[in-house]
Amino acid sequence: MAVREFAERGADLELVGIQKRFPGFTAIQDLDLKIPAGSFFALLGPSGCGKTTTLRLVAGLEEPTQGRILIGGKDVTSTRSHERPVNTVFQSYALFPHMSIIENVAFGLKRRRIADPVGKAHEALRLVELDHLAQRRPQQLSGGQQQRVALARAIVNRPALLLLDEPLGALDLKLRRQMQLELKTIQEEVGLTFLHVTHDQEEAMTMADTVAVMNKGAIEQMGAPAQLYDLPRTVFVANFLGQSNLFSGEVVGSTDTAVSVDVGGTRLVVPKARAHRHNGAVTVGVRPEKVSLHIEAPAPSADRNVVGPGRVLDVSFSGVSTQYLVDVPGHGTVLVFAQNTGSGPSVGVGDEVWSSWLVEHGFGLDDGAVETDRFPADDSTTAIAAQRRDDLVAELGEG
Amino acid sequence: MAFAAFTTAEAQPQAPRKSSRIALLLLLPGILYLVLFFLTPLVSLLLTSLQAPLEYGDIGQYQYAFNWQNYVDVMTAYWPHILRSFGYALAATVFALLFSYPLAYFIGVTARRWPLLQSLMLVLVIAPFFISFLLRTLAWKQILSDESFVITSLKALSLLGPDAHFTGTPFAVIFGLTYNFIPFMTLPLYTTLERLDLRYLEAGSDLYANPFTVFRKITIPLSMPGIVAGTLLTFIPAAGDYVNASRDFLGGPDTQMMGNVIEANFLVLLNYPAAAALSIILMAAILVLVGVYVKRSGTEDLL
Repeated sequence: MAVREFAERGADLELVGIQKRFPGFTAIQDLDLKIPAGSFFALLGPSGCGKTTTLRLVAGLEEPTQGRILIGGKDVTSTRSHERPVNTVFQSYALFPHMSIIENVAFGLKRRRIADPVGKAHEALRLVELDHLAQRRPQQLSGGQQQRVALARAIVNRPALLLLDEPLGALDLKLRRQMQLELKTIQEEVGLTFLHVTHDQEEAMTMADTVAVMNKGAIEQMGAPAQLYDLPRTVFVANFLGQSNLFSGEVVGSTDTAVSVDVGGTRLVVPKARAHRHNGAVTVGVRPEKVSLHIEAPAPSADRNVVGPGRVLDVSFSGVSTQYLVDVPGHGTVLVFAQNTGSGPSVGVGDEVWSSWLVEHGFGLDDGAVETDRFPADDSTTAIAAQRRDDLVAELGEG
Repeated sequence: MAFAAFTTAEAQPQAPRKSSRIALLLLLPGILYLVLFFLTPLVSLLLTSLQAPLEYGDIGQYQYAFNWQNYVDVMTAYWPHILRSFGYALAATVFALLFSYPLAYFIGVTARRWPLLQSLMLVLVIAPFFISFLLRTLAWKQILSDESFVITSLKALSLLGPDAHFTGTPFAVIFGLTYNFIPFMTLPLYTTLERLDLRYLEAGSDLYANPFTVFRKITIPLSMPGIVAGTLLTFIPAAGDYVNASRDFLGGPDTQMMGNVIEANFLVLLNYPAAAALSIILMAAILVLVGVYVKRSGTEDLL
């Protein structure tokens, strides 16, 4: 067997030109990825985007149709799963039901004939604070405990690469937070390379050093969480990683530092460094928490973009912040998050407002114009209400 | 063991008391049935096994007694048949398991992607039941008789000696038993393997177990309920079988099993106490063997 030794530290993972086709569809098309040793890397995407397939390819549970997989510089493409220095924490945990917890954790060590498997297994269980349950069966443990056992069963082998397949998906919010923290601590302690697959953008952002957003079998954008959030490259990233207000228009002018875009008669300015395209049809955007509301038209200023006037459609209070949905004729709806610091204006549904944001907070996407409105008209509450009323009126008229 | 732990840890909610009388009423037909058709014959069999010949009576006339000697007599007279029965049954069970496991694995696991093939193969496993097993065993007698195509060809190829027989040998009897009980082995194996969660196998492979170790450490233990059920369904009837070993079918004078001896004592020699004593011995032996087997196989965790 190839893997007898404990990995001293994590190893690089490199995917080169990976393609995976299943009968009838392509799960992954031409994926290139390099994960440096010791990092916490998250693959983020909606279900069906190919992220779990990518993980299974790395684990050796699927074979790529094309491309190469390198771990620590060694080509493992044709190496079978049990010969790869990789361990997985499965989404379903997959703890062996016919073995006790300690037998589960010692399983991998015994297969590699590592000295004192039971002692090391106890050590790993102590790390996840479950050593007192070592003699139990998996069915007797709660979901959170099973998850920790699955984690112990993987890290006890000191793999060069640890794969996490949405391992926190089945946990409730409080346990999730606790496990996220624990995972991060363990990663820092043992220094392994983590590859984490998740559809939870918050989880990816809080835990990973690097996040890759996947969509339809390809990586849309990759980078540090703050960087991805601050400067999304595509509409998909802008909307999947948090929420965004997007406006499509035509570039009407540009200076050395800024690009001006005409959006339905309003001129919006984006810093040139933050815009991926500098001419033609473009989409620009801003995060909702960067937008502020005004009850009166703000004085035109070179460093602020102003959109309005519009009418407040919906106000929802969520403790630390309040979300306003503003309908601006010609621009669709604008989402505004206001911190409840007591300093902003208080507005209610139906009020006339202007929204504005600092030019430096805007971003320009690489996608060109967005074809569809983000909030299609018949989805908005007013439209539905109007439709209902019309229906009722028609019904009464008939009757 | 874990099963016991469960029941003590989480106290089973007690059924409401009110319904206990109704429950008893609903159980009554079942209890009556068991008393009438199981308990009564069993007691009658026990009494018969202890009977003594009627003084100055005819052959086949017995009176109730407490004649323990019957057991000693049949044990001394028929101990080779007793041993042979369990030997043949064990061999047939092992062969049926070796044959059925790959078959059941293919139907239950490999063929999961093709449900049509899965159902077709299941039908094929069950199909022999549509024909009486007596007919099927007779057909095998024909196929394996000295003049048959199979045996003459084997002789022509010098794979069998010129004077060799197949029918009438222990091999033929074990072959017949194996053949007849394969569906009883395959079906329970199929039901457990069909539910086998392949993610456990992937987890095993992820934890450095090669395919053989995955099979030995994960697949086999997880399919243990099917293995136990299948071996019991094969071993118990095979040990008492009297068709395959009979001279009229695949057996010969040297292959007689307990079933044949019981049949002969009951129908030919009219020695009812001996037949009854043998039946009781067969039952007791199977009970002990099965009890030890189920205990040893440790399937309580999975049942």
